[in-house]
Amino acid sequence: MLLRGVALAYVLLLLALPVGLVAWRTFEHGAAPVWRALSSHAARHALAITAEVATAAVILNTVFGVGLALLLVRRRFPGRGLLDAVTDLPLAVSPVVVGLALILVYGHNTGLGGWLAGRGISIIFALPGMVLATVFVSLPLVVREVTPVLEEIGIEQEQAAWTLGASPGQTFRRVTLPAIRWALAYGVVLTLARGLGEYGAVAVVSGRIVGKTQTATLFVEERYQNFDQPAAYAMAFALAATAVVILLCINLLRHQAGD
Amino acid sequence: MGITVRGVSKRFGTFAALEDVSVDIPTGSLTALLGPSGGGKSTLLRIIAGLESPDEGAVQIDGRDSTSLPPQRRNVGFVFQHYAAFKHMTVARNVAFGLEIRKRPKADVARRVKELLDLVHLGQFADRYPAQLSGGQRQRMALARALAPQPDVLLLDEPFGALDAQVRKELRDWLRRLHDEVHVTTVFVTHDQEEAMEVADEIVVINHGRVEQIGPPDELYDKPASDFVMTFLGPVTRLGDSLVRPHDLRLSTEPGADGVAAVVERVVRLGFEVRVDLIDAYGSALWVQMTRGEAERLSIEPGSSWFVRTATG
Repeated sequence: MLLRGVALAYVLLLLALPVGLVAWRTFEHGAAPVWRALSSHAARHALAITAEVATAAVILNTVFGVGLALLLVRRRFPGRGLLDAVTDLPLAVSPVVVGLALILVYGHNTGLGGWLAGRGISIIFALPGMVLATVFVSLPLVVREVTPVLEEIGIEQEQAAWTLGASPGQTFRRVTLPAIRWALAYGVVLTLARGLGEYGAVAVVSGRIVGKTQTATLFVEERYQNFDQPAAYAMAFALAATAVVILLCINLLRHQAGD
Repeated sequence: MGITVRGVSKRFGTFAALEDVSVDIPTGSLTALLGPSGGGKSTLLRIIAGLESPDEGAVQIDGRDSTSLPPQRRNVGFVFQHYAAFKHMTVARNVAFGLEIRKRPKADVARRVKELLDLVHLGQFADRYPAQLSGGQRQRMALARALAPQPDVLLLDEPFGALDAQVRKELRDWLRRLHDEVHVTTVFVTHDQEEAMEVADEIVVINHGRVEQIGPPDELYDKPASDFVMTFLGPVTRLGDSLVRPHDLRLSTEPGADGVAAVVERVVRLGFEVRVDLIDAYGSALWVQMTRGEAERLSIEPGSSWFVRTATG
């Protein structure tokens, strides 16, 4: 009884109240100002950038996440333990550090960054760097969802497919992928949520150039600092609403995976 | 020749799973690879299938050198101990898998799947998922799936190992009858000597990564090449310095030329059969197996003295 009260108060004070207040402040003067704030050029641009970065991160993370999970579960090679440990690194390292690290490698003053800049490719203060940062911070999300399922299903179904004549590609498409599909979908949704909400790493590598490299989260912060609170609240609400939709998707997928 | 294995060796780290193994398996035969767990028999089966590659030696399937062929190109059917059913596919789709991979026309696939499901008595389960089948049904489905693309050889790795005793016995008889109908060269791995003796035409006894003996069940039972084969294939007891089958021993009151004196410790009746435990003059235990009628005729009682010898002929 006491425990339930404490838990309820905790959730209320930490989660429901702040999010509720954002919603309340957003719609203080009705829906029209919210719509106006979100349809401004800067806001639409920020949403578009966020969508682009999140989509790219989701695609890269799906491909490499599944590849990495297969490598970790199905192969034995020297350095496998190290790779396994490094996969979790993004969970432990602060996103700001990730951003700084990327600047150290790809910044215009570094060897690699300079070489790339000489060929007209900029990573830092541009979309590629923001995608890299988002992929980095969300790296474990697909891998860690898919790995336990691969371990559980074992290799025998795949070997049975081989003896029946299926090539490695056919085996992956027809046997492995259907077996991991719910775990993969769950990992993808988590990556999407992380990609939409990422702030720290993207803030460092993007240079926060309004109308160029500003994402939705950066827009909220910039508008708030510039006393344009209606715009900040409107975007914050849009992000929160998206998060709720994603949460619902996750719950639905969890239900499916449990079948 | 169905399958020829020549000088195959395989190590896992420092553990030698197979050492210089050579086996010939004739076309159309039903062969058992028999031996204790960890003896290398499953490894040999997986090498034949291409699921493991040998460190040395060669494998031929139907006269074709298959040593470096991937499993996809060996045209083998493989049945796993734990079924390896494709869980997200219906029974019919599982069986159709190998045919769909080979891009057979849809009508042919449907006909062949129906034919095989009838063969394994799963006709009415075509639209079920593996999770809705019992262990025995799943294994029959796996067998139909392996047979669907008409493999040159059928390989079964402890196919009945995960099933309970009753189902196991049924499937055993059923595999024998199926083989008499289908005639595909079949090799199955088992650690159960009774299963091997009952089902196989030919038994390969494998222990510690080496072939101990190859031959038909009767030959292995009656003329074992080593003490290991003798012990593994049936009951044994020791008379003096030699291993003998307890049903080959006779008790008499006459010492004769080679009778060993022994005193009865215990008489156990197991239905039709009677087991007599004895202690010889040197204090070693031995036992004799006889029919109930024989035991009653001799009126064997604990404490009585006898001479034990091997029956001649």
